Amino acid sequence: MALAFPISLLLCSLGGRFEPSQAQGDLQDTSKRFRKFGFGRTATAKEITAWDIDIRPDGKGLPAGQGDVKKGRLLYAAKCAVCHGVNGTETPGVKLPGTALVGDTSAKARPKTIGNYWPYATTLFDYIRRSMPYNLPGSLSDNEVYSLSAYLLNANKIIKADVILNAQNLAQIVMPAKKLFVMDDRKGGPEIK
Amino acid sequence: MNRKNNRKGVTGKISRRTLLGGIIAAAVLPVNKLFAGALQADEKLLHDLDDPTKLPGPGPSPLGKRSVFEQPVRKPSDISSRTPLQDLHSAITPADLHFERHHAGVPAIDPAKHELLIHGLVERPMKFSLADLKRFPAVTRTCFIECAGNFRTGKEEMTPQDILGLTSQSEWTGVMLSTLFNEVGIDVKAKWFLAEGSDAAVMTRTIPLAKAWDDAMIVYAQNGEAIRPEQGYPIRLLLPGFEGNMNIKWLRRIELSEEPYMTREETSKYTYPVKDKIRMFSFEMDARSIITHPVYPEKVSKGFIEIRGIGWSGRGKVQKVEVSTDGGKNWQLANLQEPVLSKAHTYFRYLWEWDGNETEILSRVTDETGYLQPTLKQLVEARGPNIGGYHMNPITAWKVKNDGSVWFKPENYTNK
Repeated sequence: MALAFPISLLLCSLGGRFEPSQAQGDLQDTSKRFRKFGFGRTATAKEITAWDIDIRPDGKGLPAGQGDVKKGRLLYAAKCAVCHGVNGTETPGVKLPGTALVGDTSAKARPKTIGNYWPYATTLFDYIRRSMPYNLPGSLSDNEVYSLSAYLLNANKIIKADVILNAQNLAQIVMPAKKLFVMDDRKGGPEIK
Repeated sequence: MNRKNNRKGVTGKISRRTLLGGIIAAAVLPVNKLFAGALQADEKLLHDLDDPTKLPGPGPSPLGKRSVFEQPVRKPSDISSRTPLQDLHSAITPADLHFERHHAGVPAIDPAKHELLIHGLVERPMKFSLADLKRFPAVTRTCFIECAGNFRTGKEEMTPQDILGLTSQSEWTGVMLSTLFNEVGIDVKAKWFLAEGSDAAVMTRTIPLAKAWDDAMIVYAQNGEAIRPEQGYPIRLLLPGFEGNMNIKWLRRIELSEEPYMTREETSKYTYPVKDKIRMFSFEMDARSIITHPVYPEKVSKGFIEIRGIGWSGRGKVQKVEVSTDGGKNWQLANLQEPVLSKAHTYFRYLWEWDGNETEILSRVTDETGYLQPTLKQLVEARGPNIGGYHMNPITAWKVKNDGSVWFKPENYTNK
């Protein structure tokens, strides 16, 4: 009996506040909510530039600068060969920390390498710049990345040895494996694909 | 090592500190008799643990631990670690047993400094701190995450952990990505978004925008607590049903775009030969199931055996799981543990009375789209002999021999 009074008082005082209303129903369904919450802040152009390092197949994102096969060969020997092997090729019986990069360039050949499996040359620049070398990711200059890309594309017989690689011609390269790639067409249902 | 020996072995290693903790706890109790009894706990008592009613145990502690008799562990390799599915009794994976796969190690990130940038084809590019993200309306959802390369075979001595331990399930909490996309305002030209991690691989994947309006989330909690460093602390992308690699961990940036970026992970990796072509952008994980008890290296006895396991689909709910105890000739419905959730590991059980004769036990799942888990042979027929290791979800068979020993049944298939 002693407890009954405070509880009924509580119920009375909360009754109005928690009555479900149409407005609150809308608030709960965040997918239908188009008002802004106002949390977070506008990102500055400087902040965006510092992180926006991605490169698209159409060349969007490729920086100024250039590189060549000769410089790339020296960089490869100094910074890449320790994991990917002297020539970037697969050596039977030897397990290297890095994957094979150079191989038979005819499509469908194995092992999978840049020359026979990578559908876009822009991916090479993007990936080297963001995550290589493994022990010092992000340490290469844009010119160094152009040179390494040039060396690896030349080693895979995609470009000639005298090509000066830059933002314009890198995006123009058509990789041999591109024609093999198809979008996934699985869609559930009884068919096994 | 049998159970009894194992128990004795562990008992011998129970630390003096654990026991002294009990004695100290007893000492602060105003029960003189108990105190006196504890003090008399001599060397003989320290080793005489067969009767837990004769010695007070340790008191409360700030952080719980598993029983010393239970030691489930992940199985690490150079690049991943696998969940011990055979040690779990329900569909949730304890956070410290959730599988790992990362491409340049686990980064150490200060949550106070971590920010998420959303830019590209948006009305207003924005940065969100972890505190900002936690202010938005939160959602909790249970679903599995499975690595697309989750298939191993080759020998009889394999456990579920060895075969497909790169799938785990958690209850995730965070903010719907659609909520954040409303906040920044998405340009009508945007069709895709790039997600980028803050690890040393600076991992990137392109995801169709439709997934953001459907069920994608930015999550900061796993099974009720902050997500583990190996799972993306302080925030990760959660794409229910999509291959694990796309659920970018340590998420720092999202960029809206008209077209895909064709990153390394969505072109030279996570793609696979299908006859004369290479299939890319395989997002949904198709339905799969596996028996997790009884399995190698267990030994069973004649009589009742409850066959247990998990079934799941990246395309929706498990509709049914069937079990065969005669090598696939006949199939019976297994019981599904409620609630059956969409894109979630669903625990199944089937009571079997084994007559002691050698046989094979298998499970197969059907999801709500009507997709029936295929055999390895069906997958090879559909994709060709050069079938790779990605998106493999074949039926798994276990051999039960006359002596009760259980073995994985590896199947030959052409690869490479």
